[in-house]
Amino acid sequence: MPVRRKAFLKYTAMSGAVVALGLESCHKSNSGGGTSGTTDVGGGDTGILNFAYALEQLEAAFYTQVNASFYTNASPAEKAVLQDIMNHEIAHRDFFKAALGSKAIPALKPDFSSIDFTSRTSVLATAKAFEDLGVSAYNGAGQYITSSEYLTIAGKIVSVEARHAAAIRDLINPGSGDFAGDDVVSPTTGLDFSRTPNSTTGGASIVATANIYLVTRISATQLP
Amino acid sequence: MKALETIGESFEKDVIEKNFSRREALTKGLGFGLKAALVAIPFGIFDAFNNKAVAGPSNSDIASVLNFALTLEFLESNFYSTGLSTNGLIPASDKTVMSQISKHETAHVALLQQTITTLGGTPVKMPTFDFTAGGTFSDVFSNYQTFLALSNAFEDTGVRAYKGAAPSLLGAGAVLTAALDIHSVEARHASEVRRLRKLKGWISNAEANGLPAAIYAGEDNVTQLNLSVTGITTVPAVSVTEAFDEPLTMTAVMAIAGPFIKK
Repeated sequence: MPVRRKAFLKYTAMSGAVVALGLESCHKSNSGGGTSGTTDVGGGDTGILNFAYALEQLEAAFYTQVNASFYTNASPAEKAVLQDIMNHEIAHRDFFKAALGSKAIPALKPDFSSIDFTSRTSVLATAKAFEDLGVSAYNGAGQYITSSEYLTIAGKIVSVEARHAAAIRDLINPGSGDFAGDDVVSPTTGLDFSRTPNSTTGGASIVATANIYLVTRISATQLP
Repeated sequence: MKALETIGESFEKDVIEKNFSRREALTKGLGFGLKAALVAIPFGIFDAFNNKAVAGPSNSDIASVLNFALTLEFLESNFYSTGLSTNGLIPASDKTVMSQISKHETAHVALLQQTITTLGGTPVKMPTFDFTAGGTFSDVFSNYQTFLALSNAFEDTGVRAYKGAAPSLLGAGAVLTAALDIHSVEARHASEVRRLRKLKGWISNAEANGLPAAIYAGEDNVTQLNLSVTGITTVPAVSVTEAFDEPLTMTAVMAIAGPFIKK
């Protein structure tokens, strides 16, 4: 896309080393059209954007399936929330795909076999996990972004993911403090959870967690 | 508005960035420190693309941004603690939610004060607040719907404020992460409070729902990184506006918060 290209050219003009870095993050996929290959998101800002693109692909696919056939006894209010979130995640996914252009990782194939889409409990628990995962991923990646424009874009999206997380948590346990529960927001510092892609602090890494739901696995070998 | 003078330094950079190009700023004889900071920016990006650390802002620049945040957190924490200690204002059903929010805002104040001090800065003192904004919201602590509306206003403004401030913390490492970690908490709060008001947790177009329009100005933007997002996705335009929250400059945020700050 125009902006990416312009930015890319600007940096290219500044340093020859950028070219190698940029290209490396373009085609790191070794999935080879198979069903169990691993796609690396690459490094630098492009790697972080591709990492975000991978998570948005996962979320969009999940909510699309949720909306295709709602769980038993879904209320109109719940359906409205889940439809809105689906639309937001699709917009995020389509935006990253267009913004990354030729540097975008391929479309990822999800594996939602562990989710019972007929069960409210299963669907909302998965939605909560995905939203919290997204918030912690954007928060953790932010400090590794070098472009002010990309940092702002990440900020524009992460707060929407946080709004989703709170709404889903509210559907699960209305009237409680769970929308910003002590399990994700430290009661002493008031800080949300943030993690780098490969960090295993607090359990499986974001990459590993995402891979539970992916046939086409991802890696982030050039990111922290 | 006296308290605002103490964070005047943070405005200086903001105003300059808005009114002058970097080149103009350099030729207009601004202070050496600021010149150096502006000159350093392109090299910071250059270094980053060679996988070196980004040249971050100076400690005093960071402290200025955090003092701006601290002012907003004082406003929020004071608002919720007053609300929670006012008998009969918050219905029992919403007490847990409001207590949870209040707990976070109080923690944010302490964390920011501590961080500013660690950076060698001086945390701003807590201003005196007028939550009626000179009588505009005279029943803020007697009518729960007014209280909720202002809570909604402060949380959505807080989200925009942190988002707008984030780029000035580029290269500040852990401090940037902390600011982002607060930013998403404010967004969780905003979503919950909006839902208590029977609204969507997210912002559709620039709908203000009875609040001052300035709080939502520009939220109807559908152009991201020069891409018209409505042109590359199948979802409705309103969903695109909901999917991206928009930042506000410090100046715009302080114009919104100003009427609530007495001195």
